[in-house]
Amino acid sequence: MMRKSRWKIYNQTEFYLFIVLIVLSTILAFVNPKFLRLENIFDLLRNYTFLGILALGQLVVLISGGIDVSFTAIATVSQYIMGVIISKYYIDNILVALAIPIPIGIALGLVNALLVYYTRVHPVIITISTLNVFYGFLMFITSGRWIYKFPPSFRNFVQIKILSFTSAKGTPYGLSILTLFWIIVAVMTWFILKHTNIGRKIYAVGGNLEAARRAGINIFRTYIFVYCYMGGLAGLASFVQAQLAQIIQPNAIVGKELDVLAAAILGGASVFGGSGTVPGAILGVLLIAIIKNGLVLMRIPAYWHQVVMGAIIAGAASVTALQMKFKSRRMVRKNAD
Amino acid sequence: MPIKELLNTRMIFKKTQATVLGFILIFLIILMTIMTRGKLLHLSNLQAVAFQLPLLGTLTLAQMIPMITGGIDLSIISTANLSGIIMAFILTKLSGWYTTPLAIVVGVAVSLVVGVLNGILVAYISVPAIIATLGMMIFIRGVALVLTRGYVIAGFPDSFVFIGNGDIFGIPMPFIIFFALILLMLLILNKTRFGFNLYMLGSNITATEFSGVNVKRVLFNTHLLSSLLAGVASIIMISRFNAAQADYGQSYLLLTVLACVLGGVNPAGGYGKVMGVFASIVVLQVVATGFNLLGFSSHLANALWGLILLIVMLINRMISKAE
Repeated sequence: MMRKSRWKIYNQTEFYLFIVLIVLSTILAFVNPKFLRLENIFDLLRNYTFLGILALGQLVVLISGGIDVSFTAIATVSQYIMGVIISKYYIDNILVALAIPIPIGIALGLVNALLVYYTRVHPVIITISTLNVFYGFLMFITSGRWIYKFPPSFRNFVQIKILSFTSAKGTPYGLSILTLFWIIVAVMTWFILKHTNIGRKIYAVGGNLEAARRAGINIFRTYIFVYCYMGGLAGLASFVQAQLAQIIQPNAIVGKELDVLAAAILGGASVFGGSGTVPGAILGVLLIAIIKNGLVLMRIPAYWHQVVMGAIIAGAASVTALQMKFKSRRMVRKNAD
Repeated sequence: MPIKELLNTRMIFKKTQATVLGFILIFLIILMTIMTRGKLLHLSNLQAVAFQLPLLGTLTLAQMIPMITGGIDLSIISTANLSGIIMAFILTKLSGWYTTPLAIVVGVAVSLVVGVLNGILVAYISVPAIIATLGMMIFIRGVALVLTRGYVIAGFPDSFVFIGNGDIFGIPMPFIIFFALILLMLLILNKTRFGFNLYMLGSNITATEFSGVNVKRVLFNTHLLSSLLAGVASIIMISRFNAAQADYGQSYLLLTVLACVLGGVNPAGGYGKVMGVFASIVVLQVVATGFNLLGFSSHLANALWGLILLIVMLINRMISKAE
C-alpha cells in the first residue's frame, strides 16, 4: 500500500535542500552582506547557467539508470567547431552560432547511446572511453590552439539583460539573457519528464529495466533520446560558456564533469536510476554555487574548495543512501505487519 | 548436469574471449614493432618497460579488486598521491636511518585510512562505489592540495630512491615488488576465503548474503585492500620520480580501468583473473612505450586508448552474442 505520508513535503530531498540553501544564505549574508545583493545573485545565476544546463542533462541520463561523463568532451568539441566556423567565415549572426553546437552535441550523444546499448557495458566505462576519444582527438588535431576573434554579434550577445537595474554607484547590472537559457531548459526538461510519453519511459527504464522491457518499452529509443538530449544540452551549454569567456580554450571545460555530477546527485538523483527531479537538479546547482561563492566571500584559499566539495558529495550521497535504507526497512516492516 | 554444462560453456566463452583479446594485443605489438622499425624490442626499451610497468600494474591491481565485486575505485590515484605527499614530508623533513622505513609505514597507514573511509561509505552506508569513491577522490585531492599548495616536494634519501630506480642482479626493484604483489594477489584471490567470497559477491550479492557470508565485511575489506595497493603504488611512484605532488598520474585512472577490462575483468563483477590482468598490463606498457617511441602526444595516446577499449568491448559483445 502506498501511504499518502510518503509524499508529504518533508519527505522529499528538495525540501531539505531548500532549507540548507536558506540556512547557508543567511549565514553568508551575516558574514558578508554583499552576498545578498541582487548584483551578486544575478552574477551567480549567470555564471552557473553553464553548470545548470549540464546538470539538467545529466539528471535525465541518471533517471534512465545511466551516467554520462563524456559531456565535457562533447561540449568542448561542439564549442570548438562553432568557434572555428564563426571566426573563419566571420558569420555575424548569433542564431547561426547558436545553431551549430547543438546538432554536433546530439550526434556525439548518439555515439554514446549506440555504444551503451550495443555493448551492454556500464555507461561510466563507455563514456570515460568516449571522453578520451573525443577530447584526445580534438586536442591532437587542434594542438590546443585558442580562438578569440569573434564577430560583434557574438561579442555583444552576452551584454543583453532581461531585467536591468542601476546600482547606487551608477553602474548598470541585471539578469543576463544567458540565465534565460537555463530557465527555458529547466521548463523544457520538467515538461518532458512529467508530461510526455518519453519522460515516463525514462523513469520506467531507470526504475526497472527488465520490467520496462516486458512492458513493451523500446529501450533502444529511450537510450537514444537520453544520450542525445545530454549531448544537445552539452552543445547549448558550450555556447553559454563561450559567451561568458569570450574565448574558446579546448581545455577549459574538461574536468568539470564531477561538479555537474555532484550537482545532480546533491539534487536527489540516484545513480541507480528511476529517481530525480528538475527542482532538485536546480537546487543542487544553486547549493554548489552558494557554497563556492561563500568560500570566496569568506576568503578561504582555493585549495580548500575541493576538500569542501568532496566532503559534501560524500556526505550527500551518504544521506541519500541512509534514507533509502531506512525507507526499505520501513517497507519491509510494513509488509511484515 | 545442466549447471555443470552452463559452467562449462561459460568457461569456454571466457577462454575464446581471452584468446581474441590476446590476438588484438599481439597484433598491436607487432604493428608497433614494425612502425618503430624494431626499436621497440631493443633491450634498453624492454628494461624501460620493466621500470615503468610496476606503477601502472600495482594501480591496476588496486582497481581490479573493487571491479571484481562489480564496483569501481575512482580514488586510487588521489590516494596514491596523498600517501606520497605524506611520505615526502617525512623523507625531506627527517633524516636518520629510520627515515625510509618510517615513511613507508606512515604512507601505507595513510592509504589504509582512506580505505577505511571508502569501506565505511560503500559497505556500511551503502553508497554506490562510484559515487563514494568519486567524493573521496575530490576530497583527498583537495587535502593533498591543501598540504602542498600545489608545489612539488622533491629530493629523497638514496635508500628510498633505490626502491624506484635501483636493481638487483639487473632486475629492477619496482619489478621485484610488483612480482611479489602478483604472487600475493594470486594467493589471496585463489586460495583464501576472502578471495572466494569476493568473486561470489561480484556475481550475485543477494545469493552471497543468503549463503551466510558477511557481505559488508567483504566489501569493507575490498576497499581496504584496494587502498593498501594504492599506497604501495605510491611508494613505487614517488621513489621513481624522486618527487611527490598532488596531481601526478591522473591519466592512469582510465588506463587502470582499460587494463582490467582488457585483462578480462567483467565490469559488472564476478569475473577477473590476476594472470589475465598481468598479461594485459605487460602488453599495455609495451604499446605505451611504442606510442612514446613514435612521438605520439599524450592526447593522441589517450584517444587511442579510449578507441582500443571501445573496440575491445564491441568485440566482446559480438563474441558473447555469437555464443
